[in-house]
Amino acid sequence: MLETSANGPFVTGKVALVHAVGMHARPAVKLTKLAKRFQAQISIRASETADWINAKSVAKVMALRAPPNSTIEIKAFGEDADAAVAALIDLVSADFPDRDP
Amino acid sequence: MNDTVGIVIVSHSGDIAKGTADMVRQMVGSEVKVSFCGGNPDGGLGTNVSLIIDAINDAWSSKGVAILVDLGGAETNSEMAVEMLEPERRKLVVVCNAPIVEGAVMAATEAAGGSSLEQVRAVAEELTAG
Repeated sequence: MLETSANGPFVTGKVALVHAVGMHARPAVKLTKLAKRFQAQISIRASETADWINAKSVAKVMALRAPPNSTIEIKAFGEDADAAVAALIDLVSADFPDRDP
Repeated sequence: MNDTVGIVIVSHSGDIAKGTADMVRQMVGSEVKVSFCGGNPDGGLGTNVSLIIDAINDAWSSKGVAILVDLGGAETNSEMAVEMLEPERRKLVVVCNAPIVEGAVMAATEAAGGSSLEQVRAVAEELTAG
């Protein structure tokens, strides 16, 4: 499931977490590192009722403990918000592949 | 490439120090310099001020170095090692108050994004503040 939309000043997106063990340590580090490459403020949450957390905080992303097949929602605000949401959706939907830094 | 804060791991056990460094390299990547030391010359448990200084030199970066330690002596010996550095380098080294493995992974993740030494330390210590 991939979708993005420009909703007010925020760019938002949703993506299914296909990783077998969910958002554990290794995926959390990859997501945080990628988020930090963008200037935009980026928040994520793992369910519609959860609080938004800062995607650039590795401690908070690890603490998400999102189970496999949950939907990760992403919202970003700032100049490169579009690119940030697209990149994060790409990372999650591709199951956190190893890439060069 | 911009310099990133270096990470030093100081454990009483050489195996823990090396294992923690391996975890950081595999989980975070190779863009952050990580060095480690642990154990005494006889293969037993312990930490050693001169080996800590060597590790600080190995991980040295213009942005500074964050040290992650395990118990008691690792912290006091790391502080002693920092005291023995030249004054201008001393202020670029911090000993983090954080769990050694989790702190090292989180500090390195923060460092990889080009963050300052203070930001790296704050992220490592976030685990302790909770």
